[in-house]
Amino acid sequence: MNRFDYIRAESVADAVKAKASDSQARFIAGGTNILDLMKYDVERPTRLVDITRLPLAEIAERPDGGLRIGALVSNAKLAYDERVRQRFPLLSSAILAGASAQLRNAASTGGNLLQRTRCYYFYDTATPCNKREPGSGCPAIAGVNRIHAILGTSEHCIATHPSDMCVALAALGATVEVEGPGGARSIAFGDFHRLPGATPEVDTTLRADEIIVSVDVPAQDYGQHYTYLKLRDRLSYAFALVSVAVALKVDGGAVTEARIALGGVAHKPWRDEAAERLLVGRPAGLDAFKAVADHILAPAVGRSQNTFKIGLARKAIIRALSQAAAGTPQSQVDKRIQ
Amino acid sequence: MTTRQNLVGTAQRRVDGRAKVTGAARYAAEFAATDLLHGVVVSSAIARGKITRIDSKAAAAVPGVVKIYTHENRPRTAWLDSSYSDEVAPPGHPFRALRSAEIMFSGQPVALVVAGDFETATYAASLIEVAYAAEAPQTDLDRQRSESYVPPKKRSGIEPPPKPRGDADRAFAGAPVRVQQEYRVAVEHHNPMEPHATTVVWEGGGAITVHDKIQGVTNTHAYIQGVFGLSADKVRVLSPFVGGGFGSGLRPQYQLFLSVLAALDLERSVRVVLTRDQMFTFGHRPLAIQTVSLGAEADGRLTAILHDSVQETSRFEDYQENQVNWSGMLYRCDNTKLGYELAKLDTYTPADMRAPGAVLGLYALEAAMDELAYATGIDPVELRLRNYIDDRDQNTNKRLTSKALRDCYIQGAERFGWSRRDARPRSMTEGRELVGWGMATGVWEAMMQKTSARATLTADGRLEVATATADIGTGTYTILTQIGADALGLRMEDVTARLGDTSLPHAPLEGGSWTAASAGTAVQIACETVREAVFKLARRLDGSPLANVDLDHVTFRDGRIEVTNDPSRSVSLADAVKSSKGGKVEAEETASPSMIQQMRYVAYTHSAVFVEVKVDEELGVVRVTRVVSAVAAGKILNLKTARSQILGGIVMGIGSALHEESVLDHDFGRFMNHNLAEYHVPANADIGAIDVIFVDEPDDKASPIGVKGLGEIGIVGTGAAVANAIYHATGKRVRDLPITIDKLLDA
Ligand SMILES: Cc1cc2nc3c(=O)[nH]c(=O)nc-3n(C[C@H](O)[C@H](O)[C@H](O)COP(=O)(O)OP(=O)(O)OC[C@H]3O[C@@H](n4cnc5c(N)ncnc54)[C@H](O)[C@@H]3O)c2cc1C
Ligand code: SF4
Repeated sequence: MNRFDYIRAESVADAVKAKASDSQARFIAGGTNILDLMKYDVERPTRLVDITRLPLAEIAERPDGGLRIGALVSNAKLAYDERVRQRFPLLSSAILAGASAQLRNAASTGGNLLQRTRCYYFYDTATPCNKREPGSGCPAIAGVNRIHAILGTSEHCIATHPSDMCVALAALGATVEVEGPGGARSIAFGDFHRLPGATPEVDTTLRADEIIVSVDVPAQDYGQHYTYLKLRDRLSYAFALVSVAVALKVDGGAVTEARIALGGVAHKPWRDEAAERLLVGRPAGLDAFKAVADHILAPAVGRSQNTFKIGLARKAIIRALSQAAAGTPQSQVDKRIQ
Repeated sequence: MTTRQNLVGTAQRRVDGRAKVTGAARYAAEFAATDLLHGVVVSSAIARGKITRIDSKAAAAVPGVVKIYTHENRPRTAWLDSSYSDEVAPPGHPFRALRSAEIMFSGQPVALVVAGDFETATYAASLIEVAYAAEAPQTDLDRQRSESYVPPKKRSGIEPPPKPRGDADRAFAGAPVRVQQEYRVAVEHHNPMEPHATTVVWEGGGAITVHDKIQGVTNTHAYIQGVFGLSADKVRVLSPFVGGGFGSGLRPQYQLFLSVLAALDLERSVRVVLTRDQMFTFGHRPLAIQTVSLGAEADGRLTAILHDSVQETSRFEDYQENQVNWSGMLYRCDNTKLGYELAKLDTYTPADMRAPGAVLGLYALEAAMDELAYATGIDPVELRLRNYIDDRDQNTNKRLTSKALRDCYIQGAERFGWSRRDARPRSMTEGRELVGWGMATGVWEAMMQKTSARATLTADGRLEVATATADIGTGTYTILTQIGADALGLRMEDVTARLGDTSLPHAPLEGGSWTAASAGTAVQIACETVREAVFKLARRLDGSPLANVDLDHVTFRDGRIEVTNDPSRSVSLADAVKSSKGGKVEAEETASPSMIQQMRYVAYTHSAVFVEVKVDEELGVVRVTRVVSAVAAGKILNLKTARSQILGGIVMGIGSALHEESVLDHDFGRFMNHNLAEYHVPANADIGAIDVIFVDEPDDKASPIGVKGLGEIGIVGTGAAVANAIYHATGKRVRDLPITIDKLLDA
């Protein structure tokens, strides 16, 4: 761990200024990821800008009936918010599938979006890693890659984005509201996280001098037919090997709207809108679900240890669609899979 | 004399529980010292090769850095390798930190940065640049197994496999029913909650007090004397509380060496704490590739057992544990052939980890027995009963001090509801899930080691019992308090136990499940001596109501000695002690195992573990919903702490079956998931109902107090029982633990 300055931002403008003036400055919110990365010498910021006192800790109604989730709303507060539970139960469920109660209390909404991959090599400065040290190579491709991505990978990086919450946000078509020196802008959730391509060191389209102020979820009506199904190496407190968020509208046994996003399989929450369209107008049944799964996974590529994820993802998609269609969402308390 | 056991055998709360949850119990890294310096270890990035250059200029220039130690400037320590050996070291050349430029394993300490505060030392450590000439490491046992060898020198305390019995190859070839399979369990790291740490307090005049994370202060004490040439009286080692060990704290580790080195050199107090990732840079449960071949008659009677293991060790030591010998003693069989070989890898030496050897060996044997049950169509419990033997240990031909394993099978099966099991795989379901019931046998040695203890009764009527041994969380403080209290008729709160200090009577390491039997006996006899002495004092008091009574006719109760037939005649212990010269009555005694007994008898603990799993077959998700473990371990001193030991063992066994795995990258020769987010131990959600039964097992030979020990038996067999249950549920036999989703889907 290096030495660094600590300052507390008093306003959003203040925070942006502090960051813009120093390319090696980092924001700290819950600290559950940035501090680990600093202890491992993966991040060596010159300055930590504490943003926890900014007025971004509220969940507000949007005029369209959606919600504006302040960047500093804790994962726990968000998951247990009554409005979220009633109107966006998928989001609540995905958050509760992740981490532990203690971590969810500390972790923030903005930080969750920006948490970095759990690739072993990325965390270990004794090994090369293109994401940590561009151009040094990607040992995961021929090495330990059981937890790595099967979709949207590149020859430079096969890491996954580890968040559960983001998988739900991707399915729900959220937007990320950010502010920078040039003002505010809004980034569609699907455009926020990137694929690794030739620059795996860049996780997102957020610019270095921008701050996330909120995540907005538009109004919608997926309260009945949804699920978040997470498969992992123990029944709680492990990152997803594969997870699936599904939100459906079903009318008379036929699907009228579908949202499907996958976690644990790619460098970003994976959404395939063409696959979603395949479902629309079809009876909510196994045939349609299989077709969707096959479509989503058609481009999947396995490596030495993670090929199983392709088959697992296929089954998980089908099961999650069945759960959502039946209106029996996966419980995050009872570990039996519905 | 009447011996009343009011407390021994009951469920008593941990006497140190409050101190632990309030933080009053202090661990090695928590002891303060004036002007304490902090050392931070820099770890090697490569697994094999040489350091060509260490540049520590930038680090040394950081204000607050006191000194940086590398192999280039290490102060002199003992010359001979043998000086670095320890109580449980395997044969070979013990690792010597900063000895030379040679790198023998990934994460090897290459520098120690000492500074006035932890943050400065940590920062400076990050500035040290090390250049290496790396060689390709060999860490793949599948490749190295072709160069396996029989260890030329046996490890003290570990019996090599017994000579073959009968003709196992022929018997196997001719057996009507045969099972032959290969089994393995992934490398595991102990990962106790408390990381390894040492605080060395410089006392002046060349003397040091060492707070070490160790399962036995005497081992550290001897090591420091050997390595640094200090005389015994210049070193005191303390380890009153240990935040989990599981065997990782048996041998002195490099943070001890480095902190003492720096403290003696700088004549200052120094603390070194390892990080969680550095906890993956020393001992681990080894990977072993085991083959078990069972031949049986159609009625299930075993006619041949062959069990071979090839196990990894380091380049510098031949770590050995007993993996295969169990297969020669657990079931009646006339033809056995057991083999145990090592193969060298570029990793640190493996280390004893809870029930070392038995966890691996019993997994293989008990999984194979399950396969035999299906091959013969005989119920797994019945198969074991048909091969039951309790008249002797076939490996040594000695008699067993006791063996109530049959009762474990019967009572365990009864509690579990085993008779309702449909033997056919995939036959039991609940909703969408497949239900599987599996079982396995566990066995572990019951040992006793020479241990001394002191008992001191003071004029306030309080008793202190003391021995150098450790309480690594097992409940040693509590059981010694119970034994002391019962011996003198006191309440728990009148007795204090002191442990983990070389100024106390000598004791061996806390390991092998021998502490309750050994320290318990030592405390018992020391208390008996005190009892006699205090009784004499009581009798000699002026007008003593006990004047004409002898020891056989009194009872020690409620802090008094009373005439058994006439409790109105009594003397308080306090009054008796007050009449003594020094104002206290004290005795130190040593308990040793009986040589004659050991020539004729061997002692083992046993268990029968029954497991229920529910499996979502399609998604490969396994839930362990129920475990019943029936344990025969002689006398149970404290039902509560005993149960906790079994619970912990079972949880760890479930971990080895489903979760724990240290993943090696063979290109780097490095364990990659070196943190607790990616190294999975069971979470609360992974554990269902656990029911522990202690079957009655009177034993007057295993130890004088009838105790056999419980620290390890809980884990043994549990892995096999889980794997067997998964087979019963799914019809899929995964022979490579842990059984993760990918393996179950592929099977
Ligand atoms: C052991 C463990 C297990 C976990 N398991 C899971 C799991 O199962 N599922 C899961 O989804 N997550 C899991 N997590 C991750 C956890 O959810 C994240 O660490 C957390 O959400 C990060 O939020 P934070 O506020 O603590 O971020 P911080 O650590 O404070 O920040 C993370 C990054 O975001 C930046 N940042 C923070 N806020 C803003 C902002 N408003 N604008 C711009 N940049 C910002 C910081 O500069 C930093 O780079 C786990 C974490 C741990 C340690
Ligand atoms: S997968 Fe990505 S993060 Fe992991 S080693 Fe390769 S480049 Fe680094």
